[in-house]
Amino acid sequence: MSAQVLEAAPPRRRPRPVSAGRLSAASGLGLGVSLLWLSLIVLLPIAAIVTTSFESGPTAFWHTVTSTEALGTVRLTVAAALLATVFNAVFGTLIAWVLVRDTFRGKRFIEVIIDIPFALPTIVAGLVLISLYGPQSPFGIDLVGTRRGVFLALLFVTLPFVVRSVQPVLIEMERDVEEAAASLGANGFTTFRRIILPTITPAILAGAALAFARALGEYGSVILISANLIGKTEVSSSFVLKKIEEGDAVAAAGVATLLLMVAVVVLVILDSLQRVAARRD
Amino acid sequence: MTETSTIAPTALTSPTSPIAPKRPTGRPATRWTLRLTAVGYVLALVALPVLTVGRRTFAHGLGPVLESLQNPDLISAARLGVVVALISVVINTVFGVGISFLLVRYRFPGRRLLNAVIDLPISISPVVVGIALILVYGRNGWFGGWLEGRGVQIIFATPALVLATVIVALPLVVREVIPVLEEAGTDQDQAAQSLGANARQRFLRITLPTIRWALAYGVVLSLARSLGEFGAVRVVSGSVPGQSQTPTLFVNDNYQEFGPVAEQAAFTAAFALMVVSVVFIIVIAWLRPKETN
Repeated sequence: MSAQVLEAAPPRRRPRPVSAGRLSAASGLGLGVSLLWLSLIVLLPIAAIVTTSFESGPTAFWHTVTSTEALGTVRLTVAAALLATVFNAVFGTLIAWVLVRDTFRGKRFIEVIIDIPFALPTIVAGLVLISLYGPQSPFGIDLVGTRRGVFLALLFVTLPFVVRSVQPVLIEMERDVEEAAASLGANGFTTFRRIILPTITPAILAGAALAFARALGEYGSVILISANLIGKTEVSSSFVLKKIEEGDAVAAAGVATLLLMVAVVVLVILDSLQRVAARRD
Repeated sequence: MTETSTIAPTALTSPTSPIAPKRPTGRPATRWTLRLTAVGYVLALVALPVLTVGRRTFAHGLGPVLESLQNPDLISAARLGVVVALISVVINTVFGVGISFLLVRYRFPGRRLLNAVIDLPISISPVVVGIALILVYGRNGWFGGWLEGRGVQIIFATPALVLATVIVALPLVVREVIPVLEEAGTDQDQAAQSLGANARQRFLRITLPTIRWALAYGVVLSLARSLGEFGAVRVVSGSVPGQSQTPTLFVNDNYQEFGPVAEQAAFTAAFALMVVSVVFIIVIAWLRPKETN
């Protein structure tokens, strides 16, 4: 660490890179190339969506996204995504707790298969779910074309997010405070609510935010089991795809813009919630 | 990974290690309830469906599976999928290492914004990614007409598949490499510089060995994501069998087609993709502890 840091009064949490600061000619060129690349693959495409959706003015945009079909898909998508996120926030925290604090045979196995929803291609996930809860279901449960099927698909793909964000925090947590609370007569639930929960809340929120964003835009795992019934199980991303295939770019871009806005708003809200929680900690 | 930066100093000297507690907490009844709930939830939601696909794939024995593996469309889809995934991973690795370096070692206006933009693809629907590409590079898009006039076709051709795949896997390498680079600091780099090592030598001898596990982890994650991408690719590909059909599109198209042969083909391809992703998960699980050393 440099003398500069040793002299400076406020101690930093991370050692600040000493060379941090000026861009040299080479790194400046690198930055330029990176920005150009990012513009071509991320910024311009997003700009194209937003401009296309407002091509015929804000009234037309409003008209598009509030059409019965579009609004229906958005309502279903947001509700199902929200429900799946809450469900997996609760179960994800519980699973993370068991994986960190408990030891039992087969824990490694559970540890590995939790990541399957991350790694499995979404269309394969869709096929997986329809073979268990489709017309040939071994239990006789047929969820094809139902909203419960959509919810189940979202539950499947968002399972690992909260588990994976809470786990490292639980591992790093010190046990002293919990032991102190227990010695003062707090029972397990009180200790969890008063000591553990406040510490892991930022991680739960971070995982939930990612899960919600993922669920909002999910397509592959949902389409097979939802059967895409208009007004019943059609999700927003499949509405967007249908519109672009019909050649109605404005309608497609309109709902896509709405999805983008919801995702950005959620991420911003949760980011600030996390900051508040982190500061309190 | 973050021992030095986030744990309070007392944790380093504390006699009770915060890592890997051997003694379970709570009353046995509570412990068993939690354990069974967690295990039951994971098994019902993940393991059971995965096993069912295996059962459906081999419902008529090994013969039909081997037969559908000979399907020329499946073979060319697999080839295309691998090529697209490899190109995308190479692009994202080069870009990822470069941008991680810039973000960690330099301060410039707009740095935080750049950091946020890289994460954007994670929260965007893959279908929206595909449509955005069509609006820019499609025939009636911003650049599409101009490019087509010069004989360059992007949408409904391999370049679009690569672009779509690159976008959805964009943050994976960056997010693994940045924390490691941040923690390593620049002491060794400066020492090497004072001993006369040039930038290339410092990168190859110091930076690369430091980030190699994180990089390997990021590359495997990207590879898994790239091979399995469906939504974005579905929008921009056109999915012509033997031409622009990737393995995930093959699964979808064959499942939608109905009929026993197509269905067997869909399940065979899905099962193969599943095996590949389980292999990736195992590699990832094996790589994970190494980066904390």
